[in-house]
Amino acid sequence: MKQLVIFLTLLLTGSLAWAADSGPVMHADVDLSDQASLQRGAKIFVNYCQSCHAAAYMRYSRLGQDLGITVDVLKENLMFGTVKPGDTMTSNLSRDDAVQFFAMVPPDLSVTARARGADWLYTYFMTFYRDDSRPTGVNNLTFKDVAMPHILWEKQGWQRAVVKETQNADGSVTKEIEHLELETPGELTEVEYAALVRDLVNFMVYLGEPIKLKRYQIGGWVMVYLIILLLVVYLLKKEYWKDVH
Amino acid sequence: MNTIVKFLYGFRDWVDDRFPLMQNWNEHLAKYYAPKNFNFWYFFGSLALLVLVIQIITGIWLTMNYKPSADMAFASVEYIMRDVDWGWWIRYMHSTGASAFFITVYLHMYRGMLYGSYKQPRELIWILGMLVFFVLAGESFFGYLLPWGQMSYWGAQAITSMFGAIPVIGEDLSIWVRGDYVVSDVTLNRFFSLHVIALPLLLCGLVGAHILALHEVGSNNPDGIEIKKHKGPDGIPLDGIPFHPYYTVKDIVGAVVFLLGFFAVVFFWPEMGGYFLEHNNFFPANTLQTPEHIAPVWYFTPYYAMLRAIPDLLGGALVMGAALPIFFLLPWLDRSPVKSIRYRGWKFKTALAAFTIAFLGLGWLGIELATPVYTNLARFLTVVYFLFFILFPCYTSPTDSVVTKYYRAGVKWILRLILAYLVIDQLAVMLDDKQIIDNAFLGFVSGYALLVILIEVLGFYSLDIDKPVPDRVT
Repeated sequence: MKQLVIFLTLLLTGSLAWAADSGPVMHADVDLSDQASLQRGAKIFVNYCQSCHAAAYMRYSRLGQDLGITVDVLKENLMFGTVKPGDTMTSNLSRDDAVQFFAMVPPDLSVTARARGADWLYTYFMTFYRDDSRPTGVNNLTFKDVAMPHILWEKQGWQRAVVKETQNADGSVTKEIEHLELETPGELTEVEYAALVRDLVNFMVYLGEPIKLKRYQIGGWVMVYLIILLLVVYLLKKEYWKDVH
Repeated sequence: MNTIVKFLYGFRDWVDDRFPLMQNWNEHLAKYYAPKNFNFWYFFGSLALLVLVIQIITGIWLTMNYKPSADMAFASVEYIMRDVDWGWWIRYMHSTGASAFFITVYLHMYRGMLYGSYKQPRELIWILGMLVFFVLAGESFFGYLLPWGQMSYWGAQAITSMFGAIPVIGEDLSIWVRGDYVVSDVTLNRFFSLHVIALPLLLCGLVGAHILALHEVGSNNPDGIEIKKHKGPDGIPLDGIPFHPYYTVKDIVGAVVFLLGFFAVVFFWPEMGGYFLEHNNFFPANTLQTPEHIAPVWYFTPYYAMLRAIPDLLGGALVMGAALPIFFLLPWLDRSPVKSIRYRGWKFKTALAAFTIAFLGLGWLGIELATPVYTNLARFLTVVYFLFFILFPCYTSPTDSVVTKYYRAGVKWILRLILAYLVIDQLAVMLDDKQIIDNAFLGFVSGYALLVILIEVLGFYSLDIDKPVPDRVT
């Protein structure tokens, strides 16, 4: 009973915080109709993310169909080992290994873009910085103390946190991360890296809901049909109601 | 007459000899006379019925592919979204339909309050309708667990835990409801069963009874005048028109306008900014990780705000538990001889306006995080919400009988005591935290001044002068 009261009190005051997200939000500005961007994003996803994460609700064949990739190209570039086009995009990392490496199984990424939002993901990939206090050697401004290492470090290089210290009235010092700055450049320039992340996020938004683009198209026709139908049923109603006064 | 038409008439007569087909058709459609002056507000009954049909049909198809198990539920929903042909469409219609159900039903109930549709002789229609609303609330609660996302899981966990607030038997009761110490696979299975069989059956039965009762006494109208009082020599109400074809063709227009909005949401904004499908519900249920902010779906937020506003858990649960059942009493709380707001006095209009603001305000507060200022505001609006009902007999009674006199006196002193308690309690909070004084003192003072005025004026002046009611509908 006591536990219950504590649980509910915490619940009702909304103070059961588990991920105090902070930092600025950047805008991903994704475009689902940009097929080339989606294809590049798919390649990054398969080569980097899928080493540890799964997208177990997504099938390779669907991906090929939607993104205009033929089965041969799909097999050559995006599918590894013995997987077949009808298979779902499972991870290459076993559960046991995952628990040993990260103390957790990396979450499935099928619908992550729908849970987090595109801007959050974009900002997340942009805000890794070196932090020697972490087991992975990196931390993240958007997802504090994240278990994931900076998988794209070769591309981006390493960022460093610039800390601002402010003296409080009582003499204590508050440390606050003011911004991140590039310490060691990676393979890509900052502009190129931003474009890469945008492609990746674009793909993850597609991954979250593969039907989205088609849904908009069908929706347009449904609206047109209903507007025409409205005109017809309105005239029908008017005709019937002529004799009601 | 060609042979096919002849055959169809013959078939109808064959059935009619063995089943009251034409009798029912006439009683409920072709010779059911409805007032000719229905306005915009009268669309929502038929629209709610349309949503019920949408929910049942899409629900049947969802059930064909959904797996009610803790291991597979989340994945099976994504399977429906990706691998089932048009599964995404069926699922979005069902999730949008849940919200559409509450929009139409809330507006349908509000219509009843505007035009006094609950008043004699329609008390039983109102009660059956309220039962429909309760079953609907249960239906939505059980259904919300099924996607097995974080919000599904923790929402169900929070609500089932609330039974624990009941003294003595509470803890056992919540375990009995869940079938487990926490929400689990067992809970999911029984919620699925209740969602797809038990409550839909009950819902359809109650909706049928609601309509039968309506067709027994006849529909009310925006003037609140009984059309059966003025009948022609043929026994047909002078201001009545047959439901079919007049209101069938009119309701079809309403249905198409509704579907325009409905499908705009389904195809373009199925998440509705996180209000119809919550973002956190795209994380699979995790029994070890409580989300930082558990918010109920938008249609329950007014009652959630009330629960949070009361500092004591049991008290909060009681207040929240009373907020809906109090609607059952409406037919008897209303003492006015007039039904429609059109011919009621300014006191009723003021009270209804205050209630509307309180309901919408609480709905908004239930979405926001509870800051001290918001909690005080929610407390204030909860009082306004209940004042509407408690003072109802006072501001609608045309004469001051012995009973109403005692009622007035009793209510007067109880309300003054509650108000005094609230003021003292909140003053104490404010003296503790200077920041609240700076931010909210003016709001606090004017809010309670307004409450006092509401109570004194609505509760203690007798006779709310009405405009004369015309003889026939306008």
